[in-house]
Amino acid sequence: MQNIEYIFTCFTLKTLKDGIYLREFNLNSAFLFITAGVIVLFVLAQSIFFLRQSWLRAKELGIEAQVLRRVVRSSLAFSIAPSIAIILGVITLSRFLGLPLPWLRLSVLGALTYELPAATSAAAALGVPVSEGVTDPKTYSTIAWVMTLGIMSGLIIVTLFLKKIQGGIQSLKKRDTRWGEIFLTALFMGMISAFLGMIFADITAGLRGWIPVFVMIISSLLMLICGFFVKVLKVKWMEDYALPISMLGAMALSIPITRLLG
Amino acid sequence: MKTSYSEKVHTWGRIWCSLAIIMLMLFPAAASIYYSAWPDGAALIKGLMGVVPIFWTVGAIEAFTYSPMLGSGGSYLGFVTGNIANLKLPCALNAMEIAGVKPGTEEGELISTISIAVSSIVTTLIIIAGVLLLSRLQPILESELLAPAFANILPALFGALAVVFISKNWKIALIPLLFMLVLFIAVPSLAGSVSVLVPVGAIIAIAAARVLYQRGYL
Repeated sequence: MQNIEYIFTCFTLKTLKDGIYLREFNLNSAFLFITAGVIVLFVLAQSIFFLRQSWLRAKELGIEAQVLRRVVRSSLAFSIAPSIAIILGVITLSRFLGLPLPWLRLSVLGALTYELPAATSAAAALGVPVSEGVTDPKTYSTIAWVMTLGIMSGLIIVTLFLKKIQGGIQSLKKRDTRWGEIFLTALFMGMISAFLGMIFADITAGLRGWIPVFVMIISSLLMLICGFFVKVLKVKWMEDYALPISMLGAMALSIPITRLLG
Repeated sequence: MKTSYSEKVHTWGRIWCSLAIIMLMLFPAAASIYYSAWPDGAALIKGLMGVVPIFWTVGAIEAFTYSPMLGSGGSYLGFVTGNIANLKLPCALNAMEIAGVKPGTEEGELISTISIAVSSIVTTLIIIAGVLLLSRLQPILESELLAPAFANILPALFGALAVVFISKNWKIALIPLLFMLVLFIAVPSLAGSVSVLVPVGAIIAIAAARVLYQRGYL
């Protein structure tokens, strides 16, 4: 609730400085909150628009409503834990940049893996420490511009060239349907391999470095157990929640594992 | 894929994404105008030089690597809402698996878009709730007790995902997986640049799959 009070109490404080009216800078000003909020609402509207259009088209194609509802349920359940992790990212960046900018950057386009280095790099260029809140509006606007302009290429390329990329994939599939499918699967296997490899990055650092590996194994085992329930014991509802159950279970068990080995 | 719907998705996508690009610029522009604090050209360029060479390359690579898997609608949405590798893409792949449809088909495209849209809405709402309740949530989220759980979110996600997808495609996965294991164990510092290594893994996987396919092993 403190934050809501913040929004309403911080509105436009003005001070006279060098004969020009300058607004007193505040990292958490109502103005910044409202600007970020408008953009977040825009993105929410885009999600709702695409949800509606694809839902209508799916029905037109005869995909059963039950299947669509299962997709919604599983996507919803799966997204909760990563979203909470994103809030942690907002907290990390908020010490340096206040709430509105990290809230916006992590709701739209970004991920902490990009935004943190971008903010750090901009801060280094300006010679300001990232350990304390920015006090100078010019520093703030520079960092905001660097974070915005620095992380935009993916969106620009998708906007301009996605039609061509998808056209390429479709023509690949037309030439050889089987190879087209294998190609997409291989893309995905490449991605999973990179992330799985990363989990093993610290194993030479001793037992502690094995923690992520054990968590990964537990998550895999939980997934297999879910599979057993779904396929052998015919617990059908569990199929939609197998991924979130395995993920949350492994996250929970990482706590005692870390205590034991850390 | 029928031209009419696919054409429509591209038209909608281009309009929404162009508007999104403008909207994203709105924040720094509004902050600069409101506080009469436009950045110095030199400082801005210096800041951008530290970010652009890496992130523009990563962004470009991501666009080419992830968009074929996400489908058109999913990409137009996913590249605006972000968090693709750690959230949107696993979510879409899981949804397609549950619905029994394949990426690259129109059904796959629709299920992927629905799943990414739902995921984006959930994430946006949870973050809004998080920002509003921050003072209450912060001590819980940052507690020492929960720290390992959040530190291990990626292993917890990819472990479960790997079981499902690698068991089905182990022949394609074997070579890129071995390559990545050796690489990361030999150079642990690469863990920070995993997004750069995704396309490397993808190229190795595609090359290996091509050889296996031509020799009739797939």
